[in-house]
Amino acid sequence: MQSPETILELQHIYKSFDDFVALDNINIKLDQGKFYSFLGPSGSGKTTVLRIVAGLILADRGKVLFDGQDISKLPAEKRKVNTVFQNYALFPHLNVFDNVAFGLRLKRMPQDELQERVMQALKTIQLNGYEDRMISELSGGQQQRVAIARAIVNEPRLLLLDESLSALDQKLRQQMQYELRSLQQRLGITFLFVTHDQEEALAMSDEIIVMNEGRIQQSGTPVDIYDEPINHFVANFIGESNIVPGTMIRDYEVEFVGKRFECADAGMRDHEPVEVVLRPEDITVTTPNQGKLVVSVDSQLFRGDHFEITSHDEDGNEWLIHATNSIEDRDKVGLSFSPNALHVMRFGEKEADFDRRLSEYEGDES
Amino acid sequence: MTRTSRLSYFSLYLLWILFFVITPVALIVYQSFFNLNHQFTLQNYRDYLSSSVYLRMTLNSFIFAFLITLLTLLISYPAAYYLTRLKHRQLWILLIILPTWINLLLKAYAFIGIFSQAGSVNHFLTFIGIGPQQILFTNMSFVLVAAYIQIPFMILPIYNSLVDIDPAIINASHDLGANNVQTLWRVIIPMSANGVRSGVQSVFIPSLSLFMITRLIGGNRVITLGTAIEEHFLTTMNWGMGSTIGVVLIIIMFITMMLTASRRKGGVKR
Repeated sequence: MQSPETILELQHIYKSFDDFVALDNINIKLDQGKFYSFLGPSGSGKTTVLRIVAGLILADRGKVLFDGQDISKLPAEKRKVNTVFQNYALFPHLNVFDNVAFGLRLKRMPQDELQERVMQALKTIQLNGYEDRMISELSGGQQQRVAIARAIVNEPRLLLLDESLSALDQKLRQQMQYELRSLQQRLGITFLFVTHDQEEALAMSDEIIVMNEGRIQQSGTPVDIYDEPINHFVANFIGESNIVPGTMIRDYEVEFVGKRFECADAGMRDHEPVEVVLRPEDITVTTPNQGKLVVSVDSQLFRGDHFEITSHDEDGNEWLIHATNSIEDRDKVGLSFSPNALHVMRFGEKEADFDRRLSEYEGDES
Repeated sequence: MTRTSRLSYFSLYLLWILFFVITPVALIVYQSFFNLNHQFTLQNYRDYLSSSVYLRMTLNSFIFAFLITLLTLLISYPAAYYLTRLKHRQLWILLIILPTWINLLLKAYAFIGIFSQAGSVNHFLTFIGIGPQQILFTNMSFVLVAAYIQIPFMILPIYNSLVDIDPAIINASHDLGANNVQTLWRVIIPMSANGVRSGVQSVFIPSLSLFMITRLIGGNRVITLGTAIEEHFLTTMNWGMGSTIGVVLIIIMFITMMLTASRRKGGVKR
């Protein structure tokens, strides 16, 4: 298989606003034709990354390479990148057609070709017939589509999306997630999507870049990041989890809440202090005799597709469980989980070391 | 209940409008149909439309009002645009509003001092070797002073429409490939058109009927409809003719307002 071409590369990007460090040494390579999500809480620097790539602000230090060329100092209007803005930023004085045609008119495209391209773009987002509407006459979802059409009509090789779905209601947002994903696959454009919504990122992305406090915490496929978070922040931010302190006894054996368990992790020092992640949906409820842990239930919430159960063991550690059925006998319940469900995290491990360790011991098994 | 109470709030204003807007306008229209001997006649209008003096005066007023508005706009738009990018905007806006609190006559007298033969401008011209010039009582000084007085009324509506523009829209324009000049022409100016329109209205219409500045700064050389009305009411005592010119002025004002009104029906809201 041919290795995919790198479309964008960020090298040692730093950015501060007054005293606030927004980005602290960002390094990343994006491949052509993939769907990337920058995921993080507000203030994590994800939007700053997007604005630096778009050229709306310049980095204090570091390089932005687009297609191998240094575009660090190039103004936004000269970059072959287009953006779908957070609140769409459509031109209120222009109708739908003129909004979408804005970029093409600047390129002095002949009228008949322009007409065809705009109509094609409107068809792609299923808004043909809306050319003459003013922006104020459109619903939120329709405005969202116009914003996408206005960007993709220019045929950028990289499309940036800034929290583009956050203004929509739940149902419309899920529908747009499907549409965005299929649009990206149809057009073959690289998408760089910025969001604070982990479900959105997990559902759409080929690769997720988790950010916090101006640094990239972890990057990888949604499954990798969900199953093998690198640290406490990622484990907590992506999905829900039980995180407990523990000690790595030896390879494939970890101790927490005073008991020893078999696990699937290795490559650490013996007796190294670690944190253990156990996802609530990986816990099965069983009888006290068969359980690896024994807890009593504090509360049960019906969430529609599952019950969210909070409980605590004898030592007072809290355990969150997702179960399909509610628990009848609340006093003594056994909790069971497979060794694979346990994920062990070292303190302060760098992403490169983490990846190396993972590939080493996973190589052992095969 | 709510209707009547709403009406009672409104009634004071209605009374005001009735006594100080509708009645005077009706009186002017009524008066314009009488000659010096208090006989009903259309002679005033016939005189107005057949006299080259009055028609030239009307044209003059138009040209001066146009020049004043144009100069004001050319100064105010860049100033308003620059203001939106400053740090202490409220302070700068206050400094622009401040001169409007000073009486118009005082400002006009100040300019007489500045522009006169022994004034500071001529001092400066002498200093750089050009020598004293006649500045006061010229068309140029009239337009300049009128523009100076009107500038705040142009800057404020334009400034307000400019600050309303979401910075993200400017970013979107750049993102789609527009440089600063293209963004100005294709996004910023169209989006601030409403501010320009109301600025033009509030400068052009009063400029048509200026008479105090016309006298004090323009001398008696600049004759506009405003000065003609003053002349008829206070000097020749021909109130009928003065009212006729007043009616013409009111009609011109309405036409101006209609021409500069927002074109889009239903007022597209941002």
